[in-house]
Amino acid sequence: MTKLIIDGKEIEVHPGSTLLQACEEAGAEIPRFCYHNRLSIAGNCRMCLVELVGAPKPVASCAWAVSDCRPGPKGEPPQVRTRSPMVKKAREGVMEFLLINHPLDCPICDQGGECDLQDQAMAYGVDSSRFKENKRAVEDKYLGALVKTSMNRCIQCTRCVRFATEVAGVPELGATGRGEDMEITTYLEHAMRSELQGNVVDLCPVGALTSKPYAFAARPWELVKTESVDVMDAVGSAIRVDTRGREVMRILPRLNEDVNEEWISDKTRHVVDGFRVQRLDRPYVREGGRLRQASWSEAFAAIAAKLKGLNAARIGAIAGDLAAVEEMFALKDLLTRLGSKNMDCRQDGSALDPAWGRASYLFNPTIAGIEQADALLIVGSNPRREAAVLNARIRKRWRAGPMAVGLIGERVDLTYPYHYLGAGPDTLGELAAGRLDFADQMKRATRPMVLLGAGALARPDGAAIGSLAARAAIKLGAVKSGWNGFAVLHAAASRVGGLDIGFVPADGGLGADQMAAFGTLDALFLLGADEIEIAPGAFVVYIGSHGDRGAHRADVILPAATYTEKMGTYVNTEGRVQIGERAAFPPGEAREDWAVLRALSDVLGKRLPYDSLAQLRAAMIKAHPHLGHRDAIAPGDPSNVRKLAERGGSAESMPFAAAVQDFYLTNPIARASAVMAECSALAAGGMAMHAAE
Amino acid sequence: MLHDRDRIFTNLYGLHDWRLAGARARGAWDGTKAIVARGREAIVNEVKASGLRGRGGAGFPTGVKWSFMPKQSDGRPNYLVVNADESEPGTCKDRDIMRHDPHLLIEGSLIAGVGMGAHTGYIYIRGEFVRERERLQAAIDEAYDARLIGKNNINGWDFDLFVHHGAGAYICGEETALLESLEGKKGMPRLKPPFPANVGLYGCPTTVNNVESIAAVPDIMRRGGAWFASIGKPNNTGTKVFCISGHVNRPCNVEEAMGISLRELLEVHAGGVRGGWNNLLAVIPGGSSVRCLPASQCNFLSMDFDSLAKLKSGLGTAAVIVMDKSTDIVRAIARISYFYKHESCGQCTPCREGTGWMWRVLTRMAEGRAHKREIDMLLDVTTQIEGHTICALGDAAAWPVQGLIAHFRGEIERRIDEYAAHPDNDGVLDPKVAEAAE
Repeated sequence: MTKLIIDGKEIEVHPGSTLLQACEEAGAEIPRFCYHNRLSIAGNCRMCLVELVGAPKPVASCAWAVSDCRPGPKGEPPQVRTRSPMVKKAREGVMEFLLINHPLDCPICDQGGECDLQDQAMAYGVDSSRFKENKRAVEDKYLGALVKTSMNRCIQCTRCVRFATEVAGVPELGATGRGEDMEITTYLEHAMRSELQGNVVDLCPVGALTSKPYAFAARPWELVKTESVDVMDAVGSAIRVDTRGREVMRILPRLNEDVNEEWISDKTRHVVDGFRVQRLDRPYVREGGRLRQASWSEAFAAIAAKLKGLNAARIGAIAGDLAAVEEMFALKDLLTRLGSKNMDCRQDGSALDPAWGRASYLFNPTIAGIEQADALLIVGSNPRREAAVLNARIRKRWRAGPMAVGLIGERVDLTYPYHYLGAGPDTLGELAAGRLDFADQMKRATRPMVLLGAGALARPDGAAIGSLAARAAIKLGAVKSGWNGFAVLHAAASRVGGLDIGFVPADGGLGADQMAAFGTLDALFLLGADEIEIAPGAFVVYIGSHGDRGAHRADVILPAATYTEKMGTYVNTEGRVQIGERAAFPPGEAREDWAVLRALSDVLGKRLPYDSLAQLRAAMIKAHPHLGHRDAIAPGDPSNVRKLAERGGSAESMPFAAAVQDFYLTNPIARASAVMAECSALAAGGMAMHAAE
Repeated sequence: MLHDRDRIFTNLYGLHDWRLAGARARGAWDGTKAIVARGREAIVNEVKASGLRGRGGAGFPTGVKWSFMPKQSDGRPNYLVVNADESEPGTCKDRDIMRHDPHLLIEGSLIAGVGMGAHTGYIYIRGEFVRERERLQAAIDEAYDARLIGKNNINGWDFDLFVHHGAGAYICGEETALLESLEGKKGMPRLKPPFPANVGLYGCPTTVNNVESIAAVPDIMRRGGAWFASIGKPNNTGTKVFCISGHVNRPCNVEEAMGISLRELLEVHAGGVRGGWNNLLAVIPGGSSVRCLPASQCNFLSMDFDSLAKLKSGLGTAAVIVMDKSTDIVRAIARISYFYKHESCGQCTPCREGTGWMWRVLTRMAEGRAHKREIDMLLDVTTQIEGHTICALGDAAAWPVQGLIAHFRGEIERRIDEYAAHPDNDGVLDPKVAEAAE
């Protein structure tokens, strides 16, 4: 620890920290534009200048290490002043320079009210301008469907450039020109090809990069902010949902060091317009082959009439990818009361079973744990599409120091280099047998990781693949005391929660693919299950929020809520229990899913014993105590992985396919979103162009 | 006046053969092996004893700079980088050294390599210097062929020397921007610390030296640091190539002793100021970056680092730009201001925004289309740039303007008065009135 005197206050800081961090620790606020603690240090805005006693010039505190400060002549600790006249003058000077070419268009700027430049001009600037020349004009750039540019406002802090290059791993942004003609641009004026590009809007300290879909929609002070959790993938990113009145206006990331740091994917951020369209806002009943609007009582009556006298073994339920644990728990409860064992939360048919133990289906090393890993084998996954934020974490780890990455599966651009080992289970088998060079790299590592993608499990031989991957993990030393490197990367937000409460067929029950097949069931409940094709025949009750595949097949539609319109528990791929808060209300006559199920149970004469969400949650926690520990992970038992490895089975040689083919269209909300559709088209075009090259 | 026997650059004018044979005849590559054999410590000490100060403009003692290089390698190689990106307006000394005396530079690089423990040297040559690069490359090839440098050479120190051609950006003459450019990136200065001696080219310890500094080293080693130190003034020792341009009768490059008086320099070597000494208006003594000096300060002016620094100017690259009374000094400085606006890399705020602002205000002042209060405002703007930037380009842009205001405020005011008396159709917008109107 090094001693420093900051504004007369003596503090001890780590010698590796910067003066800016030291000043913050001492409680001195340092204004900054270019500095961001998750990006490399540029030191170019010069706003963070402080006075280092003894130095001839003010120094940029963001770039000056505490260890670079020399002690005074008598060995006294270095002195830093952040409020001296020299610092004040320097800040005013930089502020004036930044503003001379910055347009005075705050009233029509989307950043207004949450603009670093605005705030810091208030705090550190002077009241009037001395600049009487013409201001610079810069042409706006095209960056794609998500980021709107107004380049006159750019202050060349290069945060966006550094984010794209370092975090997103898509070095498509840069600066051309020199001096005052320097401009930020994609070199070829094409759309950015990153699943994380929306984050540059958050990073931009001014209104140069703003959100295109959210353009001129609302002012920050009009919005009600609700802290919640994302369900677009199984990462469970921390989000803030901003609403005005009933409407969700935008979604922003929230800091969660363990999960998403402060990034979110574009799907998480820009799915917002999907909340407004294709909504099921009233019940429907199919009559004469056509769906007609109905009242709740009509819809319930139709279901009750159909279910009367049915054999319980011919009733089933499938839970979709966005379902909260509470409603799955309630649905399971209802099915059990009806006497059915047919239920499944794995609509993609992935071979995972809670009976094998929790460690057999969790991302055991945890997302933050990726940073401790020193070798990584990816099996049948494209983490960039399945969990873009998690992929950024892998990239962060790769940037921090050498890490061997091997990939078995589709050959894709992951934003970091990897050894391509092969396409299918055969390669995995060889690796498990230690016959590939990469096996030695894994064995040499102290914390190797085996990342098993959902796509590898969602195939007929999925159980054998899972076992083979577990065997490989054990053989390669990924499962040992103090480190469980067996990591299942799910693609669906509801999956781990569903497995945790055992929303799978009990012995003798039917799985999702059997339920979807012709002639197996007479009645089927779909809880937002849209990624599965249901064969004709069964009477389908769809409980969900959007008119998607499930609703089209349904005989009765019970309108329910999206994740922003209900409170619910979600368990992410690491097994972290998180709670999403309600930010808005479901439209029209739609109701929260658990309430729909509760009402339905009454009509069916099997009343569920909870009258409020709190009671439901209490029952759920009683049955599954770990769900009561919010934001915590109940770690899996590593012996589960060994048991999984011993299960064996014969894997076919068919190559692995990733679980997510089109990143932007993975769920009914995203498919309803025009923004996501545009992104998908842009990405497809980009890929076509890439193929033509 | 410098004796001919004390000259280092004996072929500065290209009158003799530049090739290896000619250079050898003039004494280059003589006893290099013995110099190399004296070892790293001795070479650094000799250069320190000579008092040689960096000839690139900042005047940092060269021997001291070399001694910053790590003695024990931690596995990373040490690099020598020769800064031949000579772009300072008015300066053309390195160019003549490279095309007429390239072997001095090559020999100096080898010796400097020994002095800093570097087995690899890069010469970063300015983009516009195409012929110079060709000649330098030819000379390096000769040296390789004669096994003077390269692996297992006859001098006993493995040393590879590469010429890298820049793309013509002034900022790449700044040492860390040069390193960035050499690495293939955009030429933008790096933050310091860490200094290049710790983290330089490709993250390895690096020393960047000017062409003239390096080319002077072989003679210092041959004749001894004491010889070099005996020329010039204390702390400002040795010979220096002065580049005299502007309103003199015979603009030239000339090697002279440090501390020569400006008047002697101009009258003996450059044929005097056009129209006589009394016709002198001002001198920029060290390339466009330093503050100009009015004629009144030029009579007994000693051309060395410390004397000029005392007058708040600088020796810089010793590019003496002479301006006689026909010069429109405000326009001249405005043009220099344009140069810095054009060459600012755009990385950090004060320089990126401030250079353009200064140029625009100066352009108006050159016409008189300004207000007197703007003179102080301009001066204030220069102080907001100076010392607040990553590299010294901000300072270099501010100093000429400060020099103008310090010495020629009267001229600016006269012009403003003149214009106010006969304004054109645009008139002069009074900033205070404009502000009130807003």
